[in-house]
Amino acid sequence: MKRILVGIKRVVDYNVRIRVKPDGTGVATDGVKMSINPFDEIALEEALRIKERGGAEEVVVVTIGPADCQQQLRTALAMGADRALHVQTDSVIEPLDAARVLLKLVEREQPLLAILGKQAIDDDNNQTGQMLAALWSRPQATFASKLELTDGKATVTREVDAGLETLEIDLPALVTTDLRLNEPRYVKLPDIMKAKKKPLETLTLDSLGIAPRQRLKPLRYAPPPQRQKGVMVKDAAELVAALRKRGVV
Amino acid sequence: MSKVLIIAEHDGAKLNAGTAKCVTCASGIEGAEITVAVCANDASSVAAQAAALKGVARVLKLENPVHAHALAATIAPQIAAIAAPFSHLFGPSTTFGKDLMPRIAALLDSAQVSDIMAIESATRFRRPIYAGNAIVTVETEAGAKVIGTVRTASFEAAPAGGNAAIESADSSVALPAHTRFVSLSAAKSDRPDLQSASRVVSGGRALGSAEQFQILYRLADKLGAAVGASRAAVDAGYAANDLQVGQTGKIIAPELYFAVGISGAIQHLTGIKDARTIVAINKDPEAPIFEIADFGLVGDLFQLVPELEKLL
Repeated sequence: MKRILVGIKRVVDYNVRIRVKPDGTGVATDGVKMSINPFDEIALEEALRIKERGGAEEVVVVTIGPADCQQQLRTALAMGADRALHVQTDSVIEPLDAARVLLKLVEREQPLLAILGKQAIDDDNNQTGQMLAALWSRPQATFASKLELTDGKATVTREVDAGLETLEIDLPALVTTDLRLNEPRYVKLPDIMKAKKKPLETLTLDSLGIAPRQRLKPLRYAPPPQRQKGVMVKDAAELVAALRKRGVV
Repeated sequence: MSKVLIIAEHDGAKLNAGTAKCVTCASGIEGAEITVAVCANDASSVAAQAAALKGVARVLKLENPVHAHALAATIAPQIAAIAAPFSHLFGPSTTFGKDLMPRIAALLDSAQVSDIMAIESATRFRRPIYAGNAIVTVETEAGAKVIGTVRTASFEAAPAGGNAAIESADSSVALPAHTRFVSLSAAKSDRPDLQSASRVVSGGRALGSAEQFQILYRLADKLGAAVGASRAAVDAGYAANDLQVGQTGKIIAPELYFAVGISGAIQHLTGIKDARTIVAINKDPEAPIFEIADFGLVGDLFQLVPELEKLL
């Protein structure tokens, strides 16, 4: 079956202003709104559109994390994914271990495409997709803003510093999404009801033969250095005078 | 002793400024011996530029026709094959380095420290998380190779003054053909490059249209500045997406930054907070951009921008 595997991560919602705990041991996340990582939502949307165009027959969504992550998997099923895999764990999963888990699932599911968000908006690592592609020994097209499938190949336009780069890659392959790839659909109420009946399989790290190891130890968390508020000027002439005085123009 | 390998970013002719910033970052590791690797079809010109950077001890040329275009799929196995003697492998936190370094890390079974903004020791690094709203200090495992991307806005470029030895390294490792470069559509312009410009004029949604956005180009030309844009302006189609400044676009550190009609969403501020001087022009006196601007001016940008253009 022509299948697309989509990785999603449960993260603090995009609109939450996070705070560093006063004792520097972490970021306060108790009781804050959690959502699907926005880039992963774009990944799922793209997979659904490919399926709707006839380029794939099944979209499988996967996440790794604690029991609560099932909320995000249900949202993904409501968006239109056909089934969900939950690799349930309370351990800290660094990108390399996430990639090792995803490799196991890729070997099991044999997708023609694995699509992930380019980065999660909590750790901002931007690593997992590239690591999966390396372990899988398959092509990667990161930061995609356009994706076309033809005949065992994908043509991907990537957002790079110099502009837009187009790559041709053989399938199966790994793609990570950038913001402008698409605009994810809204979930409708009947779809939420339907999603409750869709299959959600729970797996353990043990059953996949993965023993995670935390290789980077966080020592302390701090708020970023703040810029001082400057002065307000009343018109263009005063602004130019101030900039001249500072020697920047 | 720490032996650092920096993967050069270049376009085949010119070394990208991000590489010189990686050299400065690596120099922060006590006693670091710095090697720069240049993967290219013909590496001679780029290797010479890398060898001239102060602090670089050695430059390795890895020449192969497949490196005519930089592809993570082919550079990663090439670098992994020569990684054994090195304690640290760094690349710039540009789209080149972000794409490449995790692929190398996975081949070496190593973790990666993304967006290094400060070095505390050979095993301790500071990096931003949550769009720069928190800074975490991380420690790598003792004896493990450290793969890192370097947040270029946090470091000055290493100056000229080096005279490193240039050597050719064995590049006979088998490289895959499953990934092929098709094209690069770069917005050609005579203006300074946004990533490395010392002055930048950026516009936001308040510019209202792609045509009206053009008024910023006149101001930028007067200042010799690059032009940038907020995510809102890019999403609205007023500016090309490679002009986007912010957490999901370019993170820049110019001497002078003009934020015109930009309210100052946190994701935009993340991209400019290392700018030396920030000027904000906005009609809303409550706009968050004024909280971090060195000079704020409340008013109609369509009147103020042409005025500034005349006065400067």
